[in-house]
Amino acid sequence: MEDVIIGLEIHVQLNRLRSKMFCGCSTDYHNSEPNSHTCPVCLGLPGSLPVLNKKAVEFGIKVGLALNCTIEEETLFYRKNYYYPDLPKGFQISQYDFPLATRGHIMILGDDGVERDIRINRAHMEEDPGRLVHAGTIDRAKYTMVDYNRCGMPLLEVVTEPDLRSPKEARAFLDKLKSILEYLEVFDGSLEGSMRVDANISLKGGDRTEIKNISGFKGVEKALSYEITRQKNMQRRNIKVVQETRHFDEIRNITVSIRSKVGAHDYRYFPECDLVGLRIASWVPAIKAALPELPDAKRKRFVEQYNLSDDHAKSLTSEIKVANFYEAVAARAPPKLAAVWIADVLKGELNYRGRTIDGFSQEHMAGIVNMLAEGKITEDGAVQVIRDLLDGRGSSPDEIVKSKGLGKAEDDAVQKAVREAVAESADAVADYKAGSERALNFIVGVVMKKTRGKASPGEVHRLVKAEVEKI
Amino acid sequence: MITRVDVEHIGWLASIKIEDDEKDKLVEQFNSILEYFHQLDEVDTEGVEPTYRVVELANIFREDVACPSLSQEEALRNAPRRENGYFKSPRIV
Repeated sequence: MEDVIIGLEIHVQLNRLRSKMFCGCSTDYHNSEPNSHTCPVCLGLPGSLPVLNKKAVEFGIKVGLALNCTIEEETLFYRKNYYYPDLPKGFQISQYDFPLATRGHIMILGDDGVERDIRINRAHMEEDPGRLVHAGTIDRAKYTMVDYNRCGMPLLEVVTEPDLRSPKEARAFLDKLKSILEYLEVFDGSLEGSMRVDANISLKGGDRTEIKNISGFKGVEKALSYEITRQKNMQRRNIKVVQETRHFDEIRNITVSIRSKVGAHDYRYFPECDLVGLRIASWVPAIKAALPELPDAKRKRFVEQYNLSDDHAKSLTSEIKVANFYEAVAARAPPKLAAVWIADVLKGELNYRGRTIDGFSQEHMAGIVNMLAEGKITEDGAVQVIRDLLDGRGSSPDEIVKSKGLGKAEDDAVQKAVREAVAESADAVADYKAGSERALNFIVGVVMKKTRGKASPGEVHRLVKAEVEKI
Repeated sequence: MITRVDVEHIGWLASIKIEDDEKDKLVEQFNSILEYFHQLDEVDTEGVEPTYRVVELANIFREDVACPSLSQEEALRNAPRRENGYFKSPRIV
């Protein structure tokens, strides 16, 4: 797919902030009544004035630095004018010339298996518009309902250069960006609508189309794949691809042309006269010094410090929560074995259940790894313990191992007792061979006595039967 | 020079319907406003750095503290139409 050219614009909500970009309304509006988190500023009422959230700027600088951007000496807000119900003021406070951060790059794994830098054009600050709700589908609704709870949420728009070559690479870029944002503790990707993507896509030699407002990383992949097929089909039939804005219909999995709100030159950008300029160069050294270890650096350290394979290190560091979990376990159990069991087993089981690592106990995981290391439990048994813990069957690894007889040593003890009991019960064996199923119960009773009731009767019955059948 | 086409376009951008007989009047008014601002062109700005603001203030912030918002009822008080706590607007696509 070397002929595909993709660039992304990613709107990231800085949703770890407590208050909105220009007013004190809370950012904690999810699961709230519509229009219950607004004030004169974010409703655009006459006479209200915006005042910039200082921490939003700090968060923006943090992200800019983590994306290897240059933080501009001076930065400025602009009014982006368009008339649409999601903007009560009739304009969005955004940036234009002099954005916060410019010219950066982050590394992704390309489709060819080689890691390479994707260039970042810029990252700029802006306010989120309100949320529009349509009764029915967007093209058939009779009217629009507007919720301004989201209006004024602090956003960072990250714009890439057209360096991506496939939907899969676009996905890899988004995964990496999300990972970095969560490491920086500026962003919680689990909240609905926290990251929304516009994708520009063209085939070599053709015009580009822009797919607006795709939510969800899978959606981006699907929308781009559809658009490639559509453009290729048009090329094949000698129809010219026109430059236009399209909407991704998640239900039908296709993109459809939408009349664009306003042409770019019609936004009539001009400096926001209600806000003063920013001189932030002096903040940069302190913020830079306080940056946490980022995914690529952590991955490298895991390989060196814990002697892990690069694949395991990558899998363990893609999410900060998993990385922290791993390090806590590795402090109490053999690190290499812990890596295998967390990266290959636990993550898979979590994924299967659509769950995150939150709530899974580090002590329990360390316990399981230690039992494995000491040969007290089989690999199948360990998988069973992890599943039972995740599904709420059992309170601790020890308890599950005991109650289910998953312990290797105990298994052997039960087996031994079964063999002894069968050898000692020649009469019962003869009765069973003569057709009396009930004769087995006698042998089971002997086994239960020998194991002092620790074995499970059902399991013992099965083992006894198998043993007797051998005779 | 502002023309009728410009007036129609500006009206469209602002979602304002402009009647035909109003257009000529607006063309005249827009042009007179622009002419007025053209007086600024007479000022000699040779060697003066461009500026984006008239006050030399910078770095005015608020701390990241959440404060109480308006109630839904207060927020919707001026809405001409509402439904289930939402502002209701004509469909614009």
